[in-house]
Amino acid sequence: MVKKSRLHVPKTPARPGDAPDFSYLKLSPAGEIARPDAGSPWSGIRFLAEGLVRVLDDQHRAVGPWHPHLDPGELQIGLRHMLLTRAFDDRMQRIQRSGKISFYIRSYGEEAVSVAMAMALRPTDMLFPSYRNQGLHVVRGRPILDLMCQCLSNTRDMCKGRQLPVMYHWREGNIFSISGNLATQFPQAVGWAMAAAIKGEDNLAVSWIGEGSSAAADFHHALLFASVYRAPVILCVVNNQWAISTFQGHAGGERETFAARGPGYGIAGVRVDGNDFLAVHAVTQWAAERARTGAGPTLIEHVTYRAAAHSTSDDAARYRPKDDYQKFPLGDPVERLKNHLIALGEWSDARHQALVAELDEHVAGSWKEAVSFGTLTGGPSLDPGLMFQDVFAEMPEHLRRQEAEMRAELAGK
Amino acid sequence: MAQMNMIQALNSAMDIKLGQDPSVVVLGEDVGFFGGVFRVTDGLQRKYGESRVMDTPIAEGGIIAAAIGMAVNGLRPVAEIQFADYIYPGYDQIVSELARIRYRSAGEFKAPVTVRTPCGGGIRGGQTHSQSPEALFAHVAGLRVVMPSNPHDAKGLLIAAIEDDDPVIYFEPKRIYNGPFDGDPAKPAVPWSTHPKGEVPEGHFTVPIGKAEIARSGNDLTIVTYGTMVHVSDAAAKGLGLDAEIIDVRTMVPLDADTICASVARTGRCVIVHEATRFAGFGAELSATLQENCFWNLEAPILRVAGWDTPYPHAFEWEYFPGQARVAKALKAVMEAS
Ligand SMILES: Cc1ncc(C[n+]2csc(CCOP(=O)(O)OP(=O)(O)O)c2C)c(N)n1
Repeated sequence: MVKKSRLHVPKTPARPGDAPDFSYLKLSPAGEIARPDAGSPWSGIRFLAEGLVRVLDDQHRAVGPWHPHLDPGELQIGLRHMLLTRAFDDRMQRIQRSGKISFYIRSYGEEAVSVAMAMALRPTDMLFPSYRNQGLHVVRGRPILDLMCQCLSNTRDMCKGRQLPVMYHWREGNIFSISGNLATQFPQAVGWAMAAAIKGEDNLAVSWIGEGSSAAADFHHALLFASVYRAPVILCVVNNQWAISTFQGHAGGERETFAARGPGYGIAGVRVDGNDFLAVHAVTQWAAERARTGAGPTLIEHVTYRAAAHSTSDDAARYRPKDDYQKFPLGDPVERLKNHLIALGEWSDARHQALVAELDEHVAGSWKEAVSFGTLTGGPSLDPGLMFQDVFAEMPEHLRRQEAEMRAELAGK
Repeated sequence: MAQMNMIQALNSAMDIKLGQDPSVVVLGEDVGFFGGVFRVTDGLQRKYGESRVMDTPIAEGGIIAAAIGMAVNGLRPVAEIQFADYIYPGYDQIVSELARIRYRSAGEFKAPVTVRTPCGGGIRGGQTHSQSPEALFAHVAGLRVVMPSNPHDAKGLLIAAIEDDDPVIYFEPKRIYNGPFDGDPAKPAVPWSTHPKGEVPEGHFTVPIGKAEIARSGNDLTIVTYGTMVHVSDAAAKGLGLDAEIIDVRTMVPLDADTICASVARTGRCVIVHEATRFAGFGAELSATLQENCFWNLEAPILRVAGWDTPYPHAFEWEYFPGQARVAKALKAVMEAS
């Protein structure tokens, strides 16, 4: 028979009505992947891009060479940050449903990626997040109140009413402004890191994008510039399996791991269990040491799952099985860290419940305070004249005129 | 005839062309299994298969470039860019390549690509789900640029675009996908079934690219507009009791200057309305064309009503949007000038 070329269309393992199917996911047992020296040349450590670095095993023990040996207090703080992120997300989701904010994006199921990484970095390292990294703000100590006020576009909104909910920024906390345009932050982070190298400072830049966004040209710009200039940067692909309705195979995940893009550009690639707090922390420390000691950039692929719908504008039941997340083999990051702490004798169900209740109360209190600064639909509101500011450092004449026109229009003149 | 909203009309156009012409393919982010985030391609993959209705990687430059390659090899791709705000990674491929392939190859190659993309605000989408970048494309030699204002024209123009041998950038004002919108967000939504242009032939028909339409005839003045603002302008003129002639431009390139100029020459007064930012917006081209052709007939300066020259702000959506009040003010000024 003569063979012919036919258009290949990546297969989506399961759609609504199908049984969840994760047989495509290559897993390694906890503790199996070796931990090379952080200064190793990229070419000798390609195996890191193929396997899956895991520390927590099925008995909730921490095992193997990547075990970061964090003290239990540190782990408890990590758990707290993840739980606060989740409580905040849940609350904002419900609030969006009630019409008080226009839109929301949860990070449900992916909390370890932001929380463990931010905890493993220095506060002076510059973060270039996507819209699903709210845990970074939580770890760096931004009050939930501030995040809520942004979502409300109210009088305390850091964005002065200009951005959709969740598009935070925090200069003081070294967290960059979030764009609605996917992947743009990835090469910007590399440029920031190049500047750190030019200035002789030892701060890193770290950036996150979804696996879907890794299709964008900016992903390749980032890897190329990082490689060419050996920039002190950590680039993360958060492979949560889905880009809205599109399975990761359509971003190129069917052929190769996303981490393997790194060696393709001559930089280290590491594939890590993104729901394993300890593994994420350990891999981040390793990549940070590598960057700070001049050994260059690292591409980290976090294997995780987008447990929520894409956003409040999306209904995931239309394109994937309802019980997909329940069957995801890497479980839930909060549950796994909780069980590990319990196994260590450093945590209990009762303490956990008490903490959840405490955080819920904190979130509820913050919300009460946030709405006192106004909501989209009532209470104090920002002066619409703010829309004309910060277009330029100094307002040019045509904007001055337009602002006056707008004020006359609002006054009914 | 059938009742359709704009989503159904656009879907029907693609359905008909996919059915008639095996060279037509549809590609874009989430357009396949899911049927698009606005459901415009709903059901098409099921009907025509995964190699004719394709989910693509999130790479607008790749989508446009691949569409160009397919078109050069005999297909007629209809590429969806999920939001016009995300078209810029594909801008180089559109401006430097798509627009000029016929020209630079002395007509030996062509790329009949249709790029569909939802544009415009009024949906609380903030600065990256609200833009109207039509002027950035109208300025480029070699691109046809289209924006319908109702389901009937949406279907007829999309079929015409797919059949056209030149590239077409096809803007879909998303605020009026489900019903006409007069600019007042406090009013309950009105469905297309209440509007005569919600009546759409079920089968194949075209609305010619390059023809404006007199959406409403009148004698007091001419409003030149397109997309969502056709409806806002109509309401503003009615609110003032003016007998306005409303011209729906429909196609920015090539521009139907004859229809527009004939109307303004007759009424002597003109207001241009668009949602996009004002500075170097498409209204400037319209105004210049009218000035060149109708100067001696004008009774008043031509005024432009547009979005302010800022990014589209989330919280101040309705202070930003050129609603009835802003349009009415210009209409009054033009009527009172002597
Ligand atoms: C340049 C650009 N194209 C398209 C979009 C629309 N869009 C927003 S999110 C999204 C899916 C992103 O998926 P992924 O990168 O996997 O991240 P996830 O949402 O899963 O975290 C798309 C297509 C956009 N925001 N920017």
